[in-house]
Amino acid sequence: MEKDEKYKLKKVLLICSKGTIEDVYAALVMGNGAVMEGIECKLFFTFFGMDAIKKDTMNKLHTSTVGNPAMKMPGNLPFPTWLGGIPGIEAGVSAMMRKEMEKLDIPNVDEFLELIVAGGGEIYACKLAADMFGIKKEDLHDDVKAIITVGDLYEMCDGPGTQIIFT
Amino acid sequence: MATKTLAGVDVSVSDDGYMTDSSQWTKEIAGAIASEEGVELTDKHFEVLDFIRNKVADGALLTIRGINKSGVVDAKSFYQMFPGAPLKKSTKIAGVPKPESCI
Repeated sequence: MEKDEKYKLKKVLLICSKGTIEDVYAALVMGNGAVMEGIECKLFFTFFGMDAIKKDTMNKLHTSTVGNPAMKMPGNLPFPTWLGGIPGIEAGVSAMMRKEMEKLDIPNVDEFLELIVAGGGEIYACKLAADMFGIKKEDLHDDVKAIITVGDLYEMCDGPGTQIIFT
Repeated sequence: MATKTLAGVDVSVSDDGYMTDSSQWTKEIAGAIASEEGVELTDKHFEVLDFIRNKVADGALLTIRGINKSGVVDAKSFYQMFPGAPLKKSTKIAGVPKPESCI
């Protein structure tokens, strides 16, 4: 009958499909956390997540200031959507957010990728998204191992104790 | 909290085996914890352990980024020196509390 066995997590595949600061860092923190625990880790970037591995955008990610009900102004005041739409506001808020993260010793995106790769993690880009946005391998950060298809991706997910996480 | 005999000395440790009194730490105790963790200590290891102990004594938060920028060791060698879970293993061997950092 049913056995109550625990299986240790051995491998994680993290898929990042969005390009906001919070989506990208969720994937990076979890990826780095995995390699630091000795868990095999593969990070796969697709669609707008490609911004996180493109040399020209990776360290300039934004957070969205419109349509984000959890966004607050300093002093925990509500942040109205109409304010977020004013030109320059999103860039300013995003720069402020990155500065706050730096204070907590959270690395920039490129440095974070380097740390993950140093720990044995692997970074991949999605072929379909690359074709769609006209992105080439040389547009991507050097730590990106390859541009791969969804089939290649699933081939990497073999073995017991593997989890796929979509952010 | 529990007591454990390491290198012939009784030391107090937490439930997951981290030393709770850093002042009890000696190189011999480090060696004993390291062999339990499957790590063979070299002079380079002790340089890293010293860095970690100093950092913790200063009250600084330990992160892999901090280790990488320490000038003592880079992240890649750090992973090779303490295979598996480097920050957890190295802090355990350094006789400091388990790191409470997500990065």
